[in-house]
Amino acid sequence: MTRLNINGKVRDVEAEPETPLLWVIREQVGLTGTKYGCGVAQCGACSVHMNGEVLRSCSIPVSAVKATDKIVTIEGLSANSSHPVQEAWLALDVPQCGYCQSGQIMAAAALLRKKPNPTDDDIDEAMSNICRCGTYQRIRAAVRMAAATRVAATTSAPKPESRGGRS
Amino acid sequence: MKIKSPGRTSLSRRRFIVGSATVAGGGLALGLPFALDNGAGRAMAATAKSAVPEVNAWVVVMPDERCVIRIARSEMGQGTMTGLAQLVAEELECDWKKVATEFPTPGESLARKRVWGEMGTGGSRGIRTSQDYVRKGGAAARMMLLQAAADQWKVPVAELTVSNGVITHAASKRTTTYGKVAAAAAKLPPPDPATIKLKDPKDWKIAGKPMKRLDTADKLNGRQVYAIDVKLPGMRCAAIKDCPVFGGKLVSFDESKLAGRAGGPRAVRVSDSTVAVVADTWWRAKTALDALPIVWDEGPNAAQTSATIAAHLQEGLAAPTAYAMRNEGDALKAIAGAAKKVEAEYSTPFLAHATMEPMNCTAKFTPDRAEIWVATQNAEASLAALSEASGLPLEKCDVYKHLLGGGFGRRGGAQDYVRQAVAIAKQFPGVPIKMVWSREEDMTHDFYRPISQCRASAGLDENGKLVGLHVRVSGQSINAFLNQAAAKDGRDDRQLQGYYAAAGDAQLGYTVPNLLIEYAMRNTHVPVGPWRGVNTNQNAAYMECFIDEVARAANADPVEFRRALMQKHPKHLAVLNAVAAKADWGKPLPPGMHRGVAQFMGYGSYSAAVAEVSVNDKGKLKVHRMVLGVDCGHAVNPDQIAAQVEGSVAYGLSATFYGECTVDKGRIAETNFHTYEILRLKDMPKVETVVVPSFDFWGGVGEPTICVVAPAVMNAIAAATGKPVRSLPLKHLQMV
Repeated sequence: MTRLNINGKVRDVEAEPETPLLWVIREQVGLTGTKYGCGVAQCGACSVHMNGEVLRSCSIPVSAVKATDKIVTIEGLSANSSHPVQEAWLALDVPQCGYCQSGQIMAAAALLRKKPNPTDDDIDEAMSNICRCGTYQRIRAAVRMAAATRVAATTSAPKPESRGGRS
Repeated sequence: MKIKSPGRTSLSRRRFIVGSATVAGGGLALGLPFALDNGAGRAMAATAKSAVPEVNAWVVVMPDERCVIRIARSEMGQGTMTGLAQLVAEELECDWKKVATEFPTPGESLARKRVWGEMGTGGSRGIRTSQDYVRKGGAAARMMLLQAAADQWKVPVAELTVSNGVITHAASKRTTTYGKVAAAAAKLPPPDPATIKLKDPKDWKIAGKPMKRLDTADKLNGRQVYAIDVKLPGMRCAAIKDCPVFGGKLVSFDESKLAGRAGGPRAVRVSDSTVAVVADTWWRAKTALDALPIVWDEGPNAAQTSATIAAHLQEGLAAPTAYAMRNEGDALKAIAGAAKKVEAEYSTPFLAHATMEPMNCTAKFTPDRAEIWVATQNAEASLAALSEASGLPLEKCDVYKHLLGGGFGRRGGAQDYVRQAVAIAKQFPGVPIKMVWSREEDMTHDFYRPISQCRASAGLDENGKLVGLHVRVSGQSINAFLNQAAAKDGRDDRQLQGYYAAAGDAQLGYTVPNLLIEYAMRNTHVPVGPWRGVNTNQNAAYMECFIDEVARAANADPVEFRRALMQKHPKHLAVLNAVAAKADWGKPLPPGMHRGVAQFMGYGSYSAAVAEVSVNDKGKLKVHRMVLGVDCGHAVNPDQIAAQVEGSVAYGLSATFYGECTVDKGRIAETNFHTYEILRLKDMPKVETVVVPSFDFWGGVGEPTICVVAPAVMNAIAAATGKPVRSLPLKHLQMV
């Protein structure tokens, strides 16, 4: 039995210790927004947050996750898709097939948490997830838009994080 | 080399030809969706029955005014679902904000004499081949809704007007809404098709506009249920392995070695070359499969390598005979007698589709009914494959179509994954089986873009005018693998896609007095299939790089040289000119920057591109900017056309920079994204899209622009380095 904290909820799951966190999230926990794309930390479709850092969940065994580690999946990023990244993605119609977008959004949210006003180089480095439909141009624009929203929120409101959900 | 016959669905597809799409069928009550959230993978048959009748096959209006528009084609990211809904809504005159969509199942369509027409979604046909009947469906529904209001008010229908689903009788100052008259409209006979008048596109308010996609919201929060996410009561999961060598066989496996493993894994034979393990979760099935001792008979194809295949194709370039698709004038004589000759050989590799969502299918079999939940570009082909694999008649089968996590041609006619899932589920009657391929299985058991080579020669006269052109393509035929009737005796026009004389589909945009276009069919043991853009990709690279070489030999500007050859092809030329203007062709660039151009036609649309690249002194290539133009005739959603153009640049550049599936010991050597690299954001150039709509034809959008990406970049590199680029991918190219 492994105890996990996912999206603020503590759950006990039955899984072999070497099972990747991705598959525990998808199969034992039943949250399917986090996707399988490669299993070898190449594509980033499985990206989640652990303690605020973006993590490719296909390549970490569940035994390496502590009960105190706070995991956030796409389902827990915000209530009502209200994270600035999700809002920017919607405004620019970023997704095509959409399969990789959970991972892209989690990567972008983690980037903006660390670097609220990222440079192009920051975006290049942080947004390394594969999108086979090729939505990169809109992803870049949406990251900039979300950054602008967050910066505006920071200068006008005392608690910008209240908008951004739990991560 | 022997071609493995995959046992296609073509024979049983004939059973579908029982009617054609029609706008008739008003008044039939059918199940209505409980989930109106824009086709989130929930097919109509899976929905609760409702008392609300459809107005006709395409339109259901709910009492709360929501308009549900039925979409027969698949949505794989290309935006067709939104575009088709725009076309129906335009004629329907409903409120776009109240539009929802749903997918009819192929079983329901078959039961209604194929009222929704073709469901296949490939060849960039989703909108262009169904626009007429879906618009008429929307218009017929509008006429019936107006008639119902006229009947209720006892006034002539001609006195009514409608806007945003609100019907007005100005004379009596009365209004009503679609939702209020829908039930009465559903009881009316459909209008005489001859009385249905479609709008002039210049009056469009919803179609032709950059409306937001209808399927975005659930893709932002994990709610979108892809086929790989399906959960059914009692479901078990399957992992699968096909013989690594194409054409090899499964000899045996030792299930006893799985005893005691978690999840109760069971190993089963799926076909004569395939084994699967079924367990309670996919991860347990996959790890048990990895632990399963398997004996393969790899067969004679295990001797094949990329080198043997290249030699086979090379022989085709020089073979004494080949299929001459076009032979105008006497090209060989004209070139032999020309003042200047240009010759070059080109090659392109096998490519995998690598959709982000690996192949998967969930199947449930009982002796009375077989069902699948699947991502498919062709739901009717899926139904045929299900029927064949289950042994049940079509009437006892159905297919629940999910939004695809990428298609690109992989999820079209082949349906290999459907057959596999059903073959597994048949061994566990009543138990839903979700079969998911690992990325490694997906990458090594694709239907690859066919490998080919090209030899081109040209003759220039003393004035640098092109007097003769000979192009021979040697390579594998998709039709020989998938549709043998279309590839008899080595004649396969499709392998010369883009070089056609006939207008309208994939016409060569150049007029050359002496022209010889040939194909030498050289098949291999590797399965091949359509890959976004299909043969326009290779053929545009060959033609457009060679035309650049010929232009250089003539000391001509590449755009000017093309213009001289394109005077009889004004639509091709207009797109080239639009792109050249947008890209400032001919104007100076900053030091170190270089341009390349290409133009081509496919899928009924005209495309051109200009690439701006730099190559630094260490040989590092960067593509900075690409300007692409497309004339697809009617532009249904300009923003989604731009999205497809942007996406085609990324897909095209992945192939240009990295894409290559090599063959070693009869199998594909690249197994995952570390060896089959994909373009990432940092290498994505700025893309500018120029839509050049003619408004006098309907062309495709998803595929046409991809083929100009590689040659524009290759020509820009040649401009930078002074050396022609003749082989892909560029990862092997020594730039300096």
